[in-house]
Amino acid sequence: MPISFGGRYQGSSFSELLGIDHAQLVPDWGRLCPVGLDLEGVPHGTTVLAFKYADGVIVAGDRLATEGHRVASRDLEKVLATDDYSLIAIAGAAGPALEMARLMRIELEHYEKIEGERLELDGKANRLSQMVRANLPAAMQGLVVVPVFAGYDLRRRQGRLWKFDVTGGRYEETEYEATGSGGLYARESLKKSYDASAPREAGLRAAIQALADAADEDRATGGVDLERGIYPIVNFCTASGIERAGDEEIDRIYREILSTRRRVPARGGRR
Amino acid sequence: MTMPFYVSPEQVMQDKAEYARKGIARGKSSVTLEYDAGVLLMAENPSSLSKIGEIYDRIAFAGVGKFSEFDQLRKLGVRYADTRGYAYSRDDVRAKGLANAYSQAMGEVFTRELKPLEVEVIVAEVGDDTLAGHERNAIYRVQFDGSISDHKGFCVIGGAAEELGSLLRSEYRDGLPLKEALLLGYRALQRAADREPNVTADNIEVCLLERHRAGRKFRRLDTDTLREHLGT
Repeated sequence: MPISFGGRYQGSSFSELLGIDHAQLVPDWGRLCPVGLDLEGVPHGTTVLAFKYADGVIVAGDRLATEGHRVASRDLEKVLATDDYSLIAIAGAAGPALEMARLMRIELEHYEKIEGERLELDGKANRLSQMVRANLPAAMQGLVVVPVFAGYDLRRRQGRLWKFDVTGGRYEETEYEATGSGGLYARESLKKSYDASAPREAGLRAAIQALADAADEDRATGGVDLERGIYPIVNFCTASGIERAGDEEIDRIYREILSTRRRVPARGGRR
Repeated sequence: MTMPFYVSPEQVMQDKAEYARKGIARGKSSVTLEYDAGVLLMAENPSSLSKIGEIYDRIAFAGVGKFSEFDQLRKLGVRYADTRGYAYSRDDVRAKGLANAYSQAMGEVFTRELKPLEVEVIVAEVGDDTLAGHERNAIYRVQFDGSISDHKGFCVIGGAAEELGSLLRSEYRDGLPLKEALLLGYRALQRAADREPNVTADNIEVCLLERHRAGRKFRRLDTDTLREHLGT
């Protein structure tokens, strides 16, 4: 005997529930966004990265969002926890990306409550890849969302991370990944500093360094804003959950990095 | 050819109600209590299938009777809450709305279907001191025919609800610390199981809605923690 509140859906997925019983709530930018929309007017997130370290995985991102050449937001949060052991870091069109992160979080919580068990980390990554794929029509019109997904795998006892392409392609990375407008520079930086057995402090330093390098080369990446006191987000995901690095800690390490890079004015400078 | 007998609507309803009550009376009981820092839900449950579940940040569910039926209701509740929280905000998901939805759906089954639901459910909500106007706890009980009632302090559903209710009425007081509330609920469940007095920490299910926890306030107590609290 079916008991119902008017819905038909019987499964464990929140996004499917929306699609079947609450179609009006499904965020479908592919349908809503007419071709030729001026994408310069849509805020875009810039650099996010993830890499493994001794205790698990570090996921970090700067805080800037841009609309074309203008600043849209200086303190956007682009690294978001999707549950106690996984995070999503987003680059690309901020609106759809943040909505995808929010849906992903509800998706995982919904599954856990309906089934009484958490999804495995692989299952979570697979779910996200289906969401990215569902966004393909919007991506074709320019609203590209390319997340990095990372978490601590409680079964395999290790940190893991994935990158995605617009078609929903899912690629597990063994060491590090960075994406967004400054992703290339962040990756170059991580290539040199990466150490799978790095302790917490060294990992934090590598993350800040990579974001500072990206901000140095890519004008759309925010880096560390000492003037306003806006610091990047750096999250550690380990067997005991997610912990976010404090602003003081980031400030201290960033100033150390700056002091090693500062040069005495020479060539061409006035004496 | 046989003619169908005329049966009066009163008789039909009475028969259905009796059928449902008998079904529920065969099952075990469940107790929900307010304590000083939240709401406590307990059920006698020797199996690994849960009778108590998380619905949303501040809302929990407990069911007694036929498992397949109240588990369907629990899932409906999760779907209702998550959809509402997604469409509006997390703070807009309230126990009252859900209890009303249960009442509608269960009443509908009772009047339309041949077989009524053999379940009773509790929807409990813990208050949040950081949200003005949402500080109070709420406990709703919905019965097989959709009748709904709200309760202060404690609420019992299931086979021995009457008996447990009288014990709690005489022993419950406001602002019990967790340990004492747990012991009271434990004694109540033991009394309910008088016929087979084997209620121990191993075969009861205990969940909490903790007022001071951030975000999702639901927590399931494992057997070891429970033993510690009960001192057994």
